Amino acid sequence: MLPESLQQYPVAQALAAFDADAILGGKFDRGELTLEIDAAKIVPVCMHLKTEEKFIRCGDVTALDYYPAEPRFVVVYHLHSLARNERLRLKCRISGQNPAVDSVTGVWRGTNWFEREAFDLFGIQFRNHPDLTRIMMPDGWEGHPLRKDYPVTGNRV
Amino acid sequence: MSDRDTTSLLTPQLEPEMDTLNPEAAPPPSRGRQMTLNMGPQHPSTHGVLRLELELDGETIVKAKPDIGYLHTGIEKEFEAKTYQQSVTLTDRIDYLAPLSNNLCYCLAAEKLLQLEIPDHAQWMRVMLVEFTRLNSHLVWLGTHAIDIGAMSVFLYCFREREEILRIFEMFSGQRMMTSYIRIGGLALAAPRGWQNRVKKFVDMFPSKIDEYEDLLTNNRIWIGRTRNVGYIALEDMLDLGVTGPMIRAAGLPWDARKTQPYSSYEKFDFEVPTRTENDVYARYQVRIEEMRQSCKIIRQALEGMPEGNFQADAPGIVLPEREKMKTQMEALIYHFKIVTEGFRVPEGEVYQVIESPRGELGYYMVSDGTTKPYRVHIHGPSFGNLQAVPKLIEGTQVADVIAAIGSMDFVLGDCDR
Repeated sequence: MLPESLQQYPVAQALAAFDADAILGGKFDRGELTLEIDAAKIVPVCMHLKTEEKFIRCGDVTALDYYPAEPRFVVVYHLHSLARNERLRLKCRISGQNPAVDSVTGVWRGTNWFEREAFDLFGIQFRNHPDLTRIMMPDGWEGHPLRKDYPVTGNRV
Repeated sequence: MSDRDTTSLLTPQLEPEMDTLNPEAAPPPSRGRQMTLNMGPQHPSTHGVLRLELELDGETIVKAKPDIGYLHTGIEKEFEAKTYQQSVTLTDRIDYLAPLSNNLCYCLAAEKLLQLEIPDHAQWMRVMLVEFTRLNSHLVWLGTHAIDIGAMSVFLYCFREREEILRIFEMFSGQRMMTSYIRIGGLALAAPRGWQNRVKKFVDMFPSKIDEYEDLLTNNRIWIGRTRNVGYIALEDMLDLGVTGPMIRAAGLPWDARKTQPYSSYEKFDFEVPTRTENDVYARYQVRIEEMRQSCKIIRQALEGMPEGNFQADAPGIVLPEREKMKTQMEALIYHFKIVTEGFRVPEGEVYQVIESPRGELGYYMVSDGTTKPYRVHIHGPSFGNLQAVPKLIEGTQVADVIAAIGSMDFVLGDCDR
């Protein structure tokens, strides 16, 4: 459900009208609107935002690791609407056990590399991604460097 | 090079070639076997370590696959191990042509988290230096792009002026490239004595130098032949694929973060966002040339209207105290010790700060957990989004046009791989 404090924002309202259950929370902080979305519904939500709310760009996709908390990962999407001159942040919480979320490459083709980067550095699976391979690290690399439990010192054995 | 030898370059075809202009056109019929060509990662025209896997049918590119990551240095991981102020030096090393733009974006993000007010003088100084950075970057782009296409002399002209810009950076910060001049809370140092004369001399001289570059290129038949109607990509595709910056503006969309979401008091400056509608390599060249003129205009306004004031915010726990105060005041000494040894605490929260770097939209996503080190810093470099469009840009065109087309994107691989 949309929190009471976010009722005044047209995007949040429109999204609540589309699917109120998809919104799990949100906040407006330092001039930036963040909505927390149910990970299972990210693709229809993004599709709605793109086609109906003019968020024609997805500027960025990345992830956060809250190890050892559970759900461990948060996938973060930064959407941008040129027509409204607005930005919107979507967040999806996903579990640390086999972390996976549906890919939004079907909505914006440009998220292809962004999701590959999140897969490479965090080990998050993006379902239905056309080419989910490592992009920054070498192909045979073990582990995902941006995870909080990835060692920053020491030798490989 | 059998189809397009050098004699055909001297008589440019101003009529568009159908299959390069129309992205929907089917590739020409196969003339036998296909071959795979590896371009890079050491190819000079890839400006760094970009590798392109090209599948060719004769001289037509059937499929292109960019391979990046050769310059991945784990900068985002390193941010998590350094205090906020220490990390400024990392931002220099992301994009070697625009260190100050990265400094600025990082500092604006941290200042937004801290909700810190920056004095007008520091803000204007930042604008002026970031515009110098834009000139620096565009000059290197123009010089190297021209050399890729075969115009050797432009390179020498461009680097002549770039040298003067680097000397101005050195005058301000002591460094030519890795400046770290913009810090959280303001600037690293007060502006050096006599900077006005140096900057004034430059802005008086520079517009005539742009005319010189234009004399060399704008009506040059070889240049036109190599760039006009080359590298077309539809605007809708670019927006969908995440392309930003001069590429978008050369397709007719006047989108520039300096205008649409002004930062660091850009709203007080009078400048235009140049656009073209041809959407080819030549149009991108024209957009960047005009951007250089506009940057020069902004620098002149900053020079003439520079407000008096402090170069750092009045925030004792965040900005290092003056040397003199440190020797005479106990609090100043304590603050200095705390900032240097421990850093300052940043309130919990997250921000996504966007600026217009010379290459396009540069975004810093910063998450703080209330400690002295960022929980996560994610950099969205403009080159990363732009390079994604390479297949769309060059598939169906000729091998000889690849250099011109990818050169017109103006990418820096450090910015892409981070």
